Amino acid sequence: MDTTSAGAPLIEGKMSYRQVTDTLSGTVERKPAKWWYAGMTLSTLAVLFGLWAMYTTVTVGLGTWGLNNSTAWGWDIINFVWWIGIGHAGTAFTIFLIVFRAKWAAAINRTAEAMTVFAVMCAGLFPLIHLGRLWLVFFIAPYPNTRGPLWVGYNSPLFWDVLAITTYLLLSVTLWYFGMIPDLATMRDRAKTKLSRTIYGFFSMGWIGSVRNWMRYEALTKILAGLAAPLVVSVHTIVSLNFAVSVIPGWHTTILPPYFFVGAIFSGFAMVLTIMILIRKAFPLTSFITMGHLNSISRVLIFGSMVIGLAYATELFIAWYSGVEYEMFTFFKSRATGRYATTFWIMVVCNAIIPQLLWFRKIRHSIGWLLAISIIINIGMWYERYVILISSLAQDFLPSSWVTFTPTIVDIGIYVGTFGIFFTGMLLFIRAIPMIAIFEVKDLAGEKREDHKPDEDKTEKT
Amino acid sequence: MSKKYWKSLDEHSGIPRKDYIGDFDYVNKNEIEDLLHEESLNTRSSRRDFLKLFGYSIAASALAAGCEQPIHKAIPYLFQPEEVVPGRAVYYATTCFDGDDYGSLVVKVRDGRPIKIEGNELVERGTSSRLQASVLNLYDTARQDFPAENGNRTGWQEADRKITAALDEASASGRKTVLLTGTVISPSTRRLISEFLEARPGAEWVRYDPVSFSAMLEAHRLLSGIRAIPRMHFDRADMIVGFGADFLGTWLNPVAFARQYADRRRVSEDNTRMARHIQFESILSVTGATADERYPVRPSAVREILEYLYQRLGGNEPASPPGTGAELDDIAAELLENAGRSLVVCGYNDIAAQALVAAINQLLGNYGTTLDLDRPVNFRQGNDEAMESLIEDMFRGDVAAIVIHNVNPVFDHPRGEDFGGGLAFVDLSVSLAGSADETSALCKFICPDSHYLESWGDAEPWGGFFSLQQPAIRKLGDTRQMQESLMAWSSGESNSGYHEYLRSYWRQEIYPASGSRETFEDFWNGSLQSGIVEIPGAGQGRPSFNLQALTGILQQSPAAGNPGDRLEMEVYQSIAIGSGRHANNPWLQELPDPVSKVCWDNYLAVSPSDAATLLLDTGDVVLLNDLVRLPVVVQPGQAPGTVSAAMGYGRLVSGMVASGVGTNVMPLAGICGGSTAYSFPLSSLAKTGEKHRLALTQSHHSMEGRPIVRETTLAEYRRNPSAGNEIRQEILEHMYTLYDPVRLDGLHWGMSIDLNACTGCSACVIACQAENNIPVIGREEVYRRRIMHWIRIDRYYSGDPDNPSVHFMPLPCQHCDHAPCESVCPVAATSQSDEGVNQMAYIRCVGTKYCINNCPYKVRRFNWFAYTKSDNFDFNMNSERGRLVLNPDVTVRERGIVEKCSFCIQRIQEAKITAKSENRVLREDEVIPACAQACPSKAIIFGNRADGNSRVSQLFAQKRNYHLLEELHTLPAVGYLTRVKNKKS
Repeated sequence: MDTTSAGAPLIEGKMSYRQVTDTLSGTVERKPAKWWYAGMTLSTLAVLFGLWAMYTTVTVGLGTWGLNNSTAWGWDIINFVWWIGIGHAGTAFTIFLIVFRAKWAAAINRTAEAMTVFAVMCAGLFPLIHLGRLWLVFFIAPYPNTRGPLWVGYNSPLFWDVLAITTYLLLSVTLWYFGMIPDLATMRDRAKTKLSRTIYGFFSMGWIGSVRNWMRYEALTKILAGLAAPLVVSVHTIVSLNFAVSVIPGWHTTILPPYFFVGAIFSGFAMVLTIMILIRKAFPLTSFITMGHLNSISRVLIFGSMVIGLAYATELFIAWYSGVEYEMFTFFKSRATGRYATTFWIMVVCNAIIPQLLWFRKIRHSIGWLLAISIIINIGMWYERYVILISSLAQDFLPSSWVTFTPTIVDIGIYVGTFGIFFTGMLLFIRAIPMIAIFEVKDLAGEKREDHKPDEDKTEKT
Repeated sequence: MSKKYWKSLDEHSGIPRKDYIGDFDYVNKNEIEDLLHEESLNTRSSRRDFLKLFGYSIAASALAAGCEQPIHKAIPYLFQPEEVVPGRAVYYATTCFDGDDYGSLVVKVRDGRPIKIEGNELVERGTSSRLQASVLNLYDTARQDFPAENGNRTGWQEADRKITAALDEASASGRKTVLLTGTVISPSTRRLISEFLEARPGAEWVRYDPVSFSAMLEAHRLLSGIRAIPRMHFDRADMIVGFGADFLGTWLNPVAFARQYADRRRVSEDNTRMARHIQFESILSVTGATADERYPVRPSAVREILEYLYQRLGGNEPASPPGTGAELDDIAAELLENAGRSLVVCGYNDIAAQALVAAINQLLGNYGTTLDLDRPVNFRQGNDEAMESLIEDMFRGDVAAIVIHNVNPVFDHPRGEDFGGGLAFVDLSVSLAGSADETSALCKFICPDSHYLESWGDAEPWGGFFSLQQPAIRKLGDTRQMQESLMAWSSGESNSGYHEYLRSYWRQEIYPASGSRETFEDFWNGSLQSGIVEIPGAGQGRPSFNLQALTGILQQSPAAGNPGDRLEMEVYQSIAIGSGRHANNPWLQELPDPVSKVCWDNYLAVSPSDAATLLLDTGDVVLLNDLVRLPVVVQPGQAPGTVSAAMGYGRLVSGMVASGVGTNVMPLAGICGGSTAYSFPLSSLAKTGEKHRLALTQSHHSMEGRPIVRETTLAEYRRNPSAGNEIRQEILEHMYTLYDPVRLDGLHWGMSIDLNACTGCSACVIACQAENNIPVIGREEVYRRRIMHWIRIDRYYSGDPDNPSVHFMPLPCQHCDHAPCESVCPVAATSQSDEGVNQMAYIRCVGTKYCINNCPYKVRRFNWFAYTKSDNFDFNMNSERGRLVLNPDVTVRERGIVEKCSFCIQRIQEAKITAKSENRVLREDEVIPACAQACPSKAIIFGNRADGNSRVSQLFAQKRNYHLLEELHTLPAVGYLTRVKNKKS
């Protein structure tokens, strides 16, 4: 019998396959509740706000943002890194499930992957929209041309970034989509109207559940998951290289790649926790998304928080140990005690200190606390990127060009807009696709039906 | 249920065993076996087809996207004018004198358009920011393009007829006809004026200067009998003491002074002789910032300091030592040591102070060496008393006609409102203003003068030196130069045009005096070509001074007395705007003040200690004397107890650019002892509680202990040429690289900037703006810290906030050999040329701005908006006429791309092409970037680093040389020479 790492059962209660299917497709088939319409309205409004802001940016110019001659990146890249971080969880879950055979991830996997896809889409928006000449974005692609031929700047981390993110987006979309095919076929078969049968039918790619289907499915998901596994590490590592490869104090540190990677997993898991708690609240899925799941995620968060805390301390130590006066200034004067002290300490408290509360079992088992902490972590992670971006650029080598960044309504609009895109996407997702992989859960339920012995629960506890 | 498929009859006959796991899942054993032998798993992939299709579709979309090209028509000349080769610049020598600034210039004309001003190297290579910007005034859309009567367009004949009739009437009436002008340094115009005055009985000529030197003129008249301003030679002075004279920035002839001053202070390992400069002033000027020692003093305290100095130097006026903190006895001793090689200058328009300074210089024997009264300068001849009586006369109705040229007293005279009121009592008022101003708005006729680039003329800036002015473009509007208007209105004059008049004047006066052996035609053409003629004159005599008269002067002008607790205010000229004559020039409005770094505003500078007592902060709006509202800037170095504000702002009638910028402070000034007092006690200063957003281009003022501007003293430098620069050795010792060392061969451009010579005057900034088509972005955008200047002057303070050391550092792109900006560009839009220039390919830039972030010097600029042809940026680039100033050799950048200093790559290329077409090696001095060319103190030297004998290589070899942030191993191509201060201790 599979349990979560915390030992709690993956499915509570006894269910037949039919019950599982009914429950899980019910979220799609029933008419949506009032909160769904309210949520859709809000997020559509947010999308409209974001669209206006993006339209303004593209037609009027980047001057509508709060950027200036010294801080040429601001909220755009902060939000980009933040969303990319959030987009880490889904693929991580898939890998847990498929590569490490961590069955507990089955219930969360699809939602987490959906989250990844939408988060990476939100993230990918920023590097596009922050271009001065968006219409020439194809210059970044190395394609045969008549300009000499003129190739791209292979030395630039931004180019690596483009490759990393597009690869990651393609793979996570592919993984997510292929992972849905068996359930799409289920939805097709259960469809009551011709339209939905046609649509589900189209997207289920003629799935009939044959052995051949399953064989290919298994082979494909394993290959994709295998491919995705290094990407989880590479994406945020490469994002971090945007900073680490530069000369700017506070960016130019070798710790950034592992620090960013762990930070991404950390924020991604926090976001998964938030979403799962909300879904659990909104749908009758408590038997699928159990306290055990939440507990497992909390443990990952404690680990992440400690690594993050260590990274913060290491940065400070190395700044002092290197004796470079510019780094000393950035880390000690600008960040820890100076102009950016407030944001710096918000970052430390939110990411390194508050998550330590999860050591307490009581807190791990309190939905309220978990929700609060998961949100606090993502606030803290936003501030982390703010501190890295702004404090380094705003106060670098020559004090004559020191200037701070103040966001404008357009900056805010685009950020709000990405929330709109994210939540619109998530809301549509839970309306259109069973948010928990039915066939995976049935796999678990099957095992449970056949092999479950009551005492095993205790013996496996660690 | 889906359809069942069968592959063989065997399979078809067998009944598949359904084993339901879910609703549709089943396992077919046969199927599994089939699968294990299936060939179809190995079907040929269509990867190549896919790639073909993929490539084709991308190529097609790229073609489709890239094919739309704007159509431009190039129409050849039907008759090609002589000298004009399309695409090749023609240079003409000319002269600019606008009443404030004088320059013997060379104008670059491309395709019939003057686009750039350079100094005439026969006089001064450098220029000032205002001279650099003067070319833009030509293309100002606010210019008055036609003669007007009461604001309505009229024709020249119509206007001339009416004006002549009115002038005749005025002459007949027995009342006065007044010709009011600024200083006129043109000898031919002076003769023309005297002819005009002769032709018009009752006519008189009043000269008025918004920046008056009346007191200096009077002092010299009273002491030596010559009403003149002596010509000053800072290059002959080893000891300079300045009192409120910003002679490196705005005072009298700063371009020449800056060159002379820098020449006398340029030190190297071979030459450690350096002039010493002590400055007493209340405002923190660039001159004070450059001085070796600076003492902040109240303007009212200057007189007692001078009295004491005079006494210490042997004068027989009683004086007691004033409590200024300055070691006046030492200064007196040093002056005596350098008698005949010293220079004391004073900028206060106060007759007592000026007389004392003249007397001190006389005691030191400076007349005849550093000061020349035989060949005095002809600037600033305005007479404050004559102006006073003119206002009285107008109110009395004694003035029947007034012709106003090149002055705007309604705006810049302390009694401007009175002057405006007086105009109402004048029957005929004619303004010759080239663009509408506050005075012309009150005049009946406007007969617009042409711009100097459209006009003929000459100038005699100082005795025995003449320069010629020739038009470089056909007149843009229906204007007429002032001289032709005067000729038209001088009755009985046969009007053959001023060009002929000028030639005949030169034939009669200058040609014989020059002693030239050429024919007049050759002499004239030669003079036009070189722009200047020098007439050998008698040697400098020592004028006779009657120092006894000093006592009388001092008695007649009582000491200002202690203003007590009241703040003393000083009105000064800012570097950019000056008297406000060209306030409508957007380049100048956006030029940050070198010291305060504020642009697009004037402000009240308050000392930090006063700001603390008065609870004022930068941006607070205060009300002065219940009359003038100004935002406060807390200005380190402002003398405690004093405040200051720049004149020239707050234009009411001007073009779009100047309107609403700043406040006119001249109404606060008064007349004291017959001359305009630019410093006076303030009767009230009240905080309004309002806040004003000042456009600052730099908001952090400390170097944070970083070795950015390196400084030493002369004594230290003599002991150790590396003084102040010791850290460089340490950095070089720790320099390692994994890459091949940069090869210096062929051409490898470099620039050396002498921080000891830089005065912060900012001429380079405007020169760069003019050369490289840099857009103006306006106050709001500067406030958002997006100024576009490619070279900036960083200014740092150190030490005591009430009298800080000020450090200027001009900062262009450093053209690093290992440029951090280059490696991070994802589209390779910026790269290193094989000549060591960090290049920017605008057409390739997509605007990721990564390079801006990764530049440690922050010299890269982004086009945040479309600055050209945009109504949001309604400056020169938004009008057909304003765009005529653009340099066709430099791309006008579009929205969304990064730009930066290119080392004037267009000039490098032009010089290389010329050298190549002449089949010779490029000479070092052939390439001069705009900033280096404009620099009056020759602080910027450009050249080939690969040539060990080039000046830049030699300067790089100096122990004073260092590179900014060298420890980052960016290997900049710009070197800085440490600043050396000639301090006593």
